[in-house]
Amino acid sequence: MGYVAVRGGTQAIEESIKRLKYERLKKGTVLDVHKIEDGMRGLIDQVMSESSLYDQSLAAIAIKQAEGNPEEAVFLLRAYRSTLPRKHVSRMMSSEDMQVERRVSASFKDIPGGQILGATTDYTHRLLDWELEKETEESIQDWLYAYHAENRLTEYDQRHMSDITNLPKVLDYLRSEGLLASCENNDLQPEDVTRKSLEFPSKRSERLQVLTRGQTGAVTSLAYAVIRGYGALHPTVGELRVGQLPVYLDHPLDEGQEEDSYYIGDFQATEVEMLVPVTVEKERGKKEMEFEIGYGLCFGQNETKAIAMGILDNCLENPNADFPSQNEEFVLYHIDSVESTGFISHLKMPHYVTFQSKLDSIRKTKEKASTGETGSGNE
Amino acid sequence: MNKSYNFAFFDEGSKREIRRATLKAIAIPGYQVPFASREMPIGRGWGTGGLQLTLSLIGKEDVLKVIDQGSDESVNAVNIKKLVSDTTGIRTTDSTREATLIQSRHRVPEVSLQQDQILILQVPLPEPLRSFEPSEYETKKLHAEREYSGAWLMLFEQIMKYGTMATDADHPVMVHDRYVSAPSPIPRFDNPKLDYSEALILLGAGREKKVYAVPPFTKVTSLAFDDYEFEKESFANRECILCTSKDVFLDELVDQDTGATYFQCNDTSNCLDIVNQKQSLGVK
Amino acid sequence: MAELEVPVLSVKQLNKQFGNGCPSCKDKESGDMIKNYCRECGTVYACRDVTFDVYQGEVLGIVGESGSGKSTLMKSLYFDQEVTNGEMYVAGFENGKKNVLNESAQKKRYIRNHLMGKVYQNPILGLKMNFSSIGNIAEKLISAGNRHVGSMETRGASLLEEVNIPIHRMKEEPRNFSGGMQQRVQIAKALSNNPPILLLDEVTTGLDLSVQASVLDLIKGLQRELNISIVLVSHDLGVIRMLADRTLVMLEGKVVEQGLTDQILEDPQHPYTQQLVHSLL
Repeated sequence: MGYVAVRGGTQAIEESIKRLKYERLKKGTVLDVHKIEDGMRGLIDQVMSESSLYDQSLAAIAIKQAEGNPEEAVFLLRAYRSTLPRKHVSRMMSSEDMQVERRVSASFKDIPGGQILGATTDYTHRLLDWELEKETEESIQDWLYAYHAENRLTEYDQRHMSDITNLPKVLDYLRSEGLLASCENNDLQPEDVTRKSLEFPSKRSERLQVLTRGQTGAVTSLAYAVIRGYGALHPTVGELRVGQLPVYLDHPLDEGQEEDSYYIGDFQATEVEMLVPVTVEKERGKKEMEFEIGYGLCFGQNETKAIAMGILDNCLENPNADFPSQNEEFVLYHIDSVESTGFISHLKMPHYVTFQSKLDSIRKTKEKASTGETGSGNE
Repeated sequence: MNKSYNFAFFDEGSKREIRRATLKAIAIPGYQVPFASREMPIGRGWGTGGLQLTLSLIGKEDVLKVIDQGSDESVNAVNIKKLVSDTTGIRTTDSTREATLIQSRHRVPEVSLQQDQILILQVPLPEPLRSFEPSEYETKKLHAEREYSGAWLMLFEQIMKYGTMATDADHPVMVHDRYVSAPSPIPRFDNPKLDYSEALILLGAGREKKVYAVPPFTKVTSLAFDDYEFEKESFANRECILCTSKDVFLDELVDQDTGATYFQCNDTSNCLDIVNQKQSLGVK
Repeated sequence: MAELEVPVLSVKQLNKQFGNGCPSCKDKESGDMIKNYCRECGTVYACRDVTFDVYQGEVLGIVGESGSGKSTLMKSLYFDQEVTNGEMYVAGFENGKKNVLNESAQKKRYIRNHLMGKVYQNPILGLKMNFSSIGNIAEKLISAGNRHVGSMETRGASLLEEVNIPIHRMKEEPRNFSGGMQQRVQIAKALSNNPPILLLDEVTTGLDLSVQASVLDLIKGLQRELNISIVLVSHDLGVIRMLADRTLVMLEGKVVEQGLTDQILEDPQHPYTQQLVHSLL
């Protein structure tokens, strides 16, 4: 009798795990985690963002362990994250304090403070660079030396350094012109979606958290559907900035005192403010055009995701039954990497019992059909 | 035992929070209590709800049994057992009678459970009205208003189409005459075991972030009509090829050599117990 | 006689507004309003102090142009939307002594399931298009507590027969049906639990003339046979004339005239009613 399908599990698992390790190591090469951290910025940023855990070194280990598979790396970091105690909550931070590395606006050519292109692949030609095959640590030293020399700060530069840590926001300009509805500060303590499960209708703070943790591809696809036609939204990038945001903690005995707070470090973030034109009804039935905002913020440099998040944020602020992308349950329940990949992959698990039950059910209906008893009163 | 994590993986605060949700679930039989489902080291959809309940309840004296599809040795059951014993050092068992906590996917053991036992069922989709109404906001209202015509309508439509109810596993139940609930994908065969069960039954859905419960000695009825009664899977005239048991859930198997169909107990530990008993009594 | 009788349905001072209102429109008579719309804050006063009674076996017609508030009123009566304020009493619920508009959602659902039936102008709102026609009728019966497939099937089949849907099509989904057939399935569904009150919202609007006539005949026949009370909303005075014993005329959210249908048709008092009646002739 060949009934061993679900037997001998213990040994099978052990062998499978061994085999997995072998697949990672079989070519005899060890991937240095520092190299992952230093050279795979895109993947590191994506994984940190989807994990909602900012730590490049841990992300590098997760990527190594997952053999570069982002869904698996995110899974590892999320599981680790859920065991971490919450010891402190940072002081509220303001993105005006961002030390900007890159900043563009699609709405205005001349924004106060100027456009800063920074590091971007936007204008690279996507031609494979065969030189990279031969690149060595020695060969890049000259290039690095030259780059540093070229960018050594002059006295003039240093005097103007402070500019990039306090660039005015494009949106403030629009607000001062009255083109953007001013909004009140919402100082409600946000709910932590990893500590309290979502209930509908959701709060905006909850929506933003789920969106920023969302799987990059899922968030991007849904936002793409919105602007392509399955949505009622025509947004423009008001301002996109990438840079370092400082994090401060309150002094344990002097809560709320800014001057006593501790600076604990920076993290890199991408922030996007999307401008969405809407028609608002003013008094006396007059209609006016105004801008609404869609907000996106993610760890690291994840520009497409941040823009997509901004689009979806505005979509969910304006529910529309005609489009699933403007339905909060549809969007928020389905963009999480760990949840979607977990449930899809669970289909691999044995379903023998449910299948046996289904067989019984199908046989029963066939029996009824052959005896011609379909739905005509009592048996 | 893995010392780099707290006993039973979670910090004590998390465990307490899950237990609070569990207590609420016990107080309102069949009601789905939302809880802050944690991200676990096993996949969402792979039993994280059940696992969180197990980890929040387990103490040093507990003895754990984990079954998947009736088997103690299936890869998923083994994997969960390993995680729990690695982070707690507690003893695991295959014996249903010996276990204090039983985590199960898709089956209720054949041996009837006792008052000092807790059965934890893994739930993929906790909402019995989901196929009728996709929105969580709406189904929550339907439960609040005790509006369950949708659940019966699904069954009515099946009778119209096929002349019989055509549910397979996860046939909806009414708990304590109040909440219609998903019993998790247990076969219909197991539904009656929930009714006035001596053991506490907890149901955990990790991905959907819900906990619900059937407290001991609670009425659980499978939805049906007055003239179309609820029917279990039929194994009429079948018996287990190993232990010759009759009134048990059987797996249908095919002999590779002869092509003949034969049946075998799905609950493997129960089957083994019966075989051993028979052998010790000298019966063959 | 009628004074001594207890109404089956009694509505008092029902108000429904969309928008919060402002100081300017608080006093609706002197405020800066275009019809029932406030020019200051954009609030629409859809129903203003609507009051009426419906008696056993009576057909009450409500006529008015689109925007007069008649469909909003129907939605309020069937709890499809919350009212701003007002009272409503239903004879079959707590002896007609409790204002049902203040009841819990669960109680409202009970009243809907047991004491009312509604036919919507748009069948999508009244039917589940991907369930069988018999299933649609069963849904209403299940809501009212029936748990016997055989009896529901018998009841559903006889109702469908009554509304001229061939029995061999009863397991078909209404989405395969024509507009007139869908409307007839809705009527069968609304009648399935023998409700004392039936609400009909523009049931013939959008149907071909010949189909309109057959649906109206059907309603008339059923009403006589079952002696139920009907509240019937239409912008078409012709429909009202054919079915209603008594008629309310609504304009800008208010009832501007009411009386026996014949009386209103022969001797309309309000200028708007006069205009309506003239257009009919």
